[in-house]
Amino acid sequence: MSSVIPAPIARQPWSMLTPLILLTCFGAAVLYSAAGGSFTPFASSHLIRFGIFMVVALVIAAMPRDFVKLVAYPAYVGILLLLVAVEAAGAMGGGSQRWLEVGPIRLQPSELMKPAIALALARFYDTLPTGMIGSWRALVPAGVIIALPVGLVLMQPDLGTALAILFSGAVVMFLAGLPMSWFLSAGAAGAIAVPLAYNFALKPYQQRRVTTFLDPESDPLGSGYHITQSKIAIGSGGFSGKGFNEGSQSHLQYLPEPHTDFVFATMAEEWGLLGGLFVIVSFGLILYWGLKVARAAQSRFDRLLAAGMVATMFFYIAINLLMVMGLAPVVGIPLPFMSHGGSSMMTNMLCVGTLMMVHRWNTQGRGGGLLSS
Amino acid sequence: MPFGLTKQVLNESTLTNSFDRRSFVLGVGGLSVGMLLAGRMGYLAIAENDKYAVESESNRVNLTLIPPRRGWILDRNGAPLASNQADFRVDIIPERLHDGERELDTLAKLLKLDDAKLRDLRKEIDESAGYAPIEVASGLDYDAFAAVSIRLPELPGVVPQRGFSRYYPTGPSVGHLLGYVGAASREEFEADRNPLLITPGYKIGKDGVEKQFEQTLRGEPGARRVEVTASGRIVRDLSTRPDVQGDPVQLTIDGPLQDYAARRLGLESGSVVVMDCLTGELLCMASMPSFDPNSFSDGIGSVEYAMLSENERVPLRNKVLKGLYPPGSTVKPMHSMAFMHEGIDPNERIVCGGGRRIGNRFFNCWSNHGVVDMAKSVYQSCDSYYYHFAQQVGFDKVAAYARRFGLGQEFDLPVASQFYGTVPDPAWKLKKYEQEWQPYDTVNASIGQGYYLTSPLQLAVMATRLATGREVAPSMIKTNERKLFNSLDFNKDQIDYIHQAMSDVVNGPGTAGRARLPIDDVLMAGKTGTAQVVSLSKSDGKSGPWKYRDHGLFVFYAPFDNPRYAGAVVIEHGGGSGAAYPIARDVMTFLFDPQKGMDALRALEKEWGGTAQQRLQRRYEEYARAAGETIPPSAPLDREIQARVDAEARIEAQRHEAFARDNPRRVRRPDVEEPVEGDRNSGAGRPSGAQGAAQ
Repeated sequence: MSSVIPAPIARQPWSMLTPLILLTCFGAAVLYSAAGGSFTPFASSHLIRFGIFMVVALVIAAMPRDFVKLVAYPAYVGILLLLVAVEAAGAMGGGSQRWLEVGPIRLQPSELMKPAIALALARFYDTLPTGMIGSWRALVPAGVIIALPVGLVLMQPDLGTALAILFSGAVVMFLAGLPMSWFLSAGAAGAIAVPLAYNFALKPYQQRRVTTFLDPESDPLGSGYHITQSKIAIGSGGFSGKGFNEGSQSHLQYLPEPHTDFVFATMAEEWGLLGGLFVIVSFGLILYWGLKVARAAQSRFDRLLAAGMVATMFFYIAINLLMVMGLAPVVGIPLPFMSHGGSSMMTNMLCVGTLMMVHRWNTQGRGGGLLSS
Repeated sequence: MPFGLTKQVLNESTLTNSFDRRSFVLGVGGLSVGMLLAGRMGYLAIAENDKYAVESESNRVNLTLIPPRRGWILDRNGAPLASNQADFRVDIIPERLHDGERELDTLAKLLKLDDAKLRDLRKEIDESAGYAPIEVASGLDYDAFAAVSIRLPELPGVVPQRGFSRYYPTGPSVGHLLGYVGAASREEFEADRNPLLITPGYKIGKDGVEKQFEQTLRGEPGARRVEVTASGRIVRDLSTRPDVQGDPVQLTIDGPLQDYAARRLGLESGSVVVMDCLTGELLCMASMPSFDPNSFSDGIGSVEYAMLSENERVPLRNKVLKGLYPPGSTVKPMHSMAFMHEGIDPNERIVCGGGRRIGNRFFNCWSNHGVVDMAKSVYQSCDSYYYHFAQQVGFDKVAAYARRFGLGQEFDLPVASQFYGTVPDPAWKLKKYEQEWQPYDTVNASIGQGYYLTSPLQLAVMATRLATGREVAPSMIKTNERKLFNSLDFNKDQIDYIHQAMSDVVNGPGTAGRARLPIDDVLMAGKTGTAQVVSLSKSDGKSGPWKYRDHGLFVFYAPFDNPRYAGAVVIEHGGGSGAAYPIARDVMTFLFDPQKGMDALRALEKEWGGTAQQRLQRRYEEYARAAGETIPPSAPLDREIQARVDAEARIEAQRHEAFARDNPRRVRRPDVEEPVEGDRNSGAGRPSGAQGAAQ
């Protein structure tokens, strides 16, 4: 079968890459507008980062399964140590911080932990004998694997990332086949714990974000300002928006963080419902492809790893979109492939790369790779 | 057993099945979140689009009201008594300040505010309603204005703008008459919820004509729509609707005459009222000492206010309407008219033996007049004559005439308040004090003493009615309608008799020989009055402490045989009528011969140390120095506008009329604009549409 398209390119998962590339380019257009009609500083670096991390994703996609299994735990432990180092640096610097300065790069280990947690758990359940899935041995080590990074991230404090790690971990455990009753009781315990956590674990500014989420109009110029302005931006866009570069909410700085957390509102103001549906459908296609990859995977490790990546990406997308539309509290989670910011681009491209890797394992047979095939 | 697992069948394939089921459930969950998001998006963008579009627009667009320019207040000839001057100003809106102290310090540096002004500002900010703007400075030069404008981002709540401030060319001369303007108080805003009132730079009339004609003068505010950022920076102008200037109000007041009279009052505390006998139009209502309404417009300082309110000569009271004085002998001609109407023959004589016995008591006259008839009783001001005939006629009847002549009356005038005083009679006394009327009450009232109290305006109305024999009513607003006044029902002989007697007061063997006008063909008639303030045992009324001295009064009209103008002068504690009639003489001289009047005033002002405005400014500076404050030099007056309405303008105008008479060819073409020398001043002589339309 001859084709004009070279095989290595035709082999790529275009049903995911097409919406991904369109979405990223659309994101760059929105960032161009958010910068007041300029490629700098947002749109150009957005596209450059996408390019760099696409190469990274392709490299990941080429990795053999055995190698991945080999590095799963060391990678997890390494990132955990980085998180401890963040804490230590924060304590020495006399304040809390979330990143490490490594030369010119500002590394945020909590971001790396999101895919790493899924990797570590997938590896754990891969090695766990099937008969033990209903016993405490399926639960306790996994619980520790999740609890350590969540605890460290909460100390930073970064509630959004902690929830993201918890969510990815929980999804992997759920899909690993742990007894349903455990999840139901955990849900019940959570329902009791949430009010307690609200009162004792959250910082006042976090508490305020929750209360203003429940009633944004109660403080329209204070913490509710973000949600109110975001809803105004989305609502005033109408069906087809105010037009490219015509968004007054973002250009006149009514919208907070128009290029990062609230980039969807910036987009919706200028592109309206049509733009919003395009973004939601694009994300849907990417996640649907990811879920298909997970379900088509040949081994337990592959399945759980791919599903964990989908869960991580889904959490980003869902929480961000729920937040900007006033359905979730403001937790400071950017929108994948659209928000300006290297950390989120890196995490999500790691997820994409991992999914492409599993996809390759699925299509090329066991143990195969580009180099070995 | 849809999602659960049984321990018996745990193997690779059951776990794979479980994965398939559970991942399907999560996929459906994810899809439903996606649907929820799409639905929410549609709800916000479509169903609630109208609401959010409005909110977005109200974020984006900031509407600022442009305060309307206030209508001018014109004198009878169309010259501006109150106009507007363009200026640069800075206001603050207290509730928008972020760090008030720091911002005030910055403003103080930029605008060179002194400590007194800063103290006033802090007090105003503390007392303000928060949303209402407070003036920091006006009349700024462009450099100071620009300095503030540039630093606006660090000065939230500070509003610099180009606006107009009220300008009263003749200052204190019109203070009481026109009132002043100022920023609306919290009460005023709560009474009239017009957003215009809290627009920075907008001022409402606070007193006098400014307050009475507020709605006419106000005009329509303009609006400026600008696009602003969240931090309030203006991005661009969207549209501007210009303001509509308020309508002018034209008074019957003669601006130059008003200024002349106010200045002629000089160092005294008193008032001058002049009316047009034919129309009842008030030509002059001067009350001094006064305040400078210009300084109220700029936001009067506490030091200046203290100076005004501490003065025992009450510069804050309009004495024309609210000064009440015993009329003294000025009521004698009017009482004589009453006697005649009640059948007393003017030739009937009595003997004044330095006083007269009424009942069983002897009442003193101020002199021994010998044989006295009605005319002599007027021009020599014999008290005994009035003791006798008031007793004979009965004072209740005399009081009824006094009311018909305007005493004790309120007039239909657009003023905030007027005091109407007292015309005593037996019924009044019984009601007020629950005491019977006594013969000595008649004696006191017959010479305008006792319970009698009148305002200068009432005395002027009385003079006008004596002059015309008609119930002339005063008016302040210029109209074109011709008014007809009812006759007071006196025959011409009676009126002429009194006219002759009153002329003799001035031009004959009367009490006010010095009041004779220095004009050959115009004879002024008048009547002096001296009103005792305390009993003779306490003070002789002519010397001693100022507040125990007698009031000096004079009512007058001219020309006596064909009256055209009438009026009254009251000098508080002037020590007798001698303080009043020279002022009346000069004011009337100015009406008939401005040059002569001006010469007299100039000589006096040289003696007094400048015009009323200059003296007030100097006194304020002295007071401020004594209080340990420094005051900034006042803004230079706009001579161009002032020159159209001050006393000097009249002479200027006359020169133009003379010039026009001598050069008839040149004025027969009013359509051609001619570069006549000093043409801009000609407005004082006749109404001019251009002045009313400007600004």
